[in-house]
Amino acid sequence: MPEVLKAPLVLEFPFTRSLGPVQSAFLTGLRERVVLGVKTADGRTLVPPVEYDPVTAEEIRDLVEVAPTGTVTTWAWNPAPRRGQPLQEQFAWVLVKLDGADTALLHVLDAPGPDAVHTGMRVRIRWAAERSGAITDIACFEPYDGSQAPQLTGHDGPFEEMVTGIVAPARLDYTYGPGRAQSAYINSLAEQRTVGERCPSCRKVYVPPRGACPTCGVATAEQVEVGPRGTVTTYCIVNIKAKNLDIEVPYVYAHIALDGADLALHGRIAGIPYDQVRMGLRVEPVWTEGGRYPDHYRPTGEPDADYETYKELL
Amino acid sequence: MSTVDKAGKEPVAVVGIGQTKHVAARRDVSIAGLVREAAGRALQDAELTWADIDAVVIGKAPDFFEGVMMPELYLADALGAVGKPMLRVHTAGSVGGSTALVAANLIAARVHGTVLTLAFEKQSESNAMWGLSLPIPFQQPLLAGAGGFFAPHVRAYMRRSGAPETVGSLVAYKDRRNALKNPYAHLHEHDITLEKVQASPMLWDPIRYSETCPSSDGACAMVLTDRAGAARSPRPPAWMLGGAMRSEPTLFAGKDCVSPQAGKDCAADVYRQAGITDPRREIDAVEMYVPFSWYEPMWLENLGFADEGEGWKLTESGATELDGDLPVNMSGGVLSTNPIGASGMIRFAEAALQVRGQAGEHQVDGARRVLGHAYGGGSQFFSMWLVGAQPPTV
Repeated sequence: MPEVLKAPLVLEFPFTRSLGPVQSAFLTGLRERVVLGVKTADGRTLVPPVEYDPVTAEEIRDLVEVAPTGTVTTWAWNPAPRRGQPLQEQFAWVLVKLDGADTALLHVLDAPGPDAVHTGMRVRIRWAAERSGAITDIACFEPYDGSQAPQLTGHDGPFEEMVTGIVAPARLDYTYGPGRAQSAYINSLAEQRTVGERCPSCRKVYVPPRGACPTCGVATAEQVEVGPRGTVTTYCIVNIKAKNLDIEVPYVYAHIALDGADLALHGRIAGIPYDQVRMGLRVEPVWTEGGRYPDHYRPTGEPDADYETYKELL
Repeated sequence: MSTVDKAGKEPVAVVGIGQTKHVAARRDVSIAGLVREAAGRALQDAELTWADIDAVVIGKAPDFFEGVMMPELYLADALGAVGKPMLRVHTAGSVGGSTALVAANLIAARVHGTVLTLAFEKQSESNAMWGLSLPIPFQQPLLAGAGGFFAPHVRAYMRRSGAPETVGSLVAYKDRRNALKNPYAHLHEHDITLEKVQASPMLWDPIRYSETCPSSDGACAMVLTDRAGAARSPRPPAWMLGGAMRSEPTLFAGKDCVSPQAGKDCAADVYRQAGITDPRREIDAVEMYVPFSWYEPMWLENLGFADEGEGWKLTESGATELDGDLPVNMSGGVLSTNPIGASGMIRFAEAALQVRGQAGEHQVDGARRVLGHAYGGGSQFFSMWLVGAQPPTV
């Protein structure tokens, strides 16, 4: 069995969220150490608050303060906290019904072990020292023995300098595996050869191969070396940089039909002024030492291909 | 007129339409607040309440475009879906169209009587160009967003058809002027001129800045109902005369990237259902998904309004202008408004507004049959419906 490649792939982006009036009041309240819920038409208090009544679907805006103390309604022990979770030591995930609320809030409880946690236990908020208007302004919950009863201010929502938006960073950690067919293709490229696969049914040569023919729906296995030369079938000149894409602009992004391939692959054209690239230009790959793929394709100096020879491969 | 068509399907009517005013950034509302605004306007148009809705079908752009947030879960209470069926549709940029069709099919199959369908996107909370250019291990990072992907197809069309280089600018100039008549459109470029379009910078040569769509925040909603619901409608309904979806792989040997077979097949299915044999003569106007101006002549051919290689002549002749004999993108189109997840549904809704006679300043006089069209992925998903002022008769 030939080597099947794997590599880490991390996708992350700092998405933003506009809060709207209810979440804005809730998160600004946390910054000020005030927990707000919202009243529904049937008189319940929802914490965390929502913008629309789950029963009537009507807009709800009646904010009321609830206590920073409450009762655990259910929990789960987390023996191995992961990156980005609220506490770095073992903790309990808890649903806490704050005193004055009719629904429970998801957060974490700082406890020495699962034996110290039970449904029905009394807990209170431990506020973060630095607060910015985020759910993490509640650092965690901690056990509460009933002393030092909290003083409520009777707050109903409006604050100075309301928080109107948050950053919600998303991060996904994958192990990427290109699979059998593409691994073989990538490993061939490392030897400066371009190897596709032929469909046993329609006989088309796929470069890069996917391991199956998308038209016939059958597995492909027969390897076929193509190129190294090919024809630019169409292209564009990119003048705008994409975020995280480290290529100097302008550059030419081209569809290149390698000789012997039945569809074009995508590559960069260089070794010629970008404004002289044209459909039909004959090109060959330029490899770099240790590169996983051709750095770019350059003109071979051959006469341009006739349009009729590549018009099905645009 | 028979009450049930030959296939035994329930006729589907559009009785409520709502949009937000599309803008670059709606920082004053949450996503829940944004969708609520469009849904509320659709209910108001239909003079219905949340209790009248039997099910909700929602669509949005791919998750990387605005972050994973499970809208079918998070938005259930904002859309009055608690205790009702709610489902989500995914088909990349065509999602707004296919979402409406899934909702319509629930009525046609008599699963539900009245369905709220909605699509949205807040592009300001993300970066779609990043979402479309994700790095993949072992592959050379090359792709620069949707423009970089579609520009080579545009060049291929220009070569194949011999269209003059100016055609793209004519489309952009027309759509931006149409948008001035649509109060919901994002771009209102009062000082637009053809010269400005033609002088705008090349982003992905041959696509210029002014020939691309903006990045928008917006939502669009429709209330779809059955024959009985339409009879109670306070305003004229739009009737679905045909609707279809098709897909094909992004890349395969023999794919026609300029005029994909799936698009042709999808249009043919819609025309067959509606009894249309000559779309150029029998269809009064089109709202088509044109994110880059050259896609107008390309889709005119793909949808059968012009022979292959001849679409640009229709555009150049002025036929697709608001006062032409085949107006295209009367609303200003995707070129003037692009909350990607909603863009397909806006096409479908604008088609319905036309046959209801409720398009306001961008109304086409006497529009009786109008096509709504969406595509997505790498010209991979297609969804279309034809709506009419009269109920289906076949």
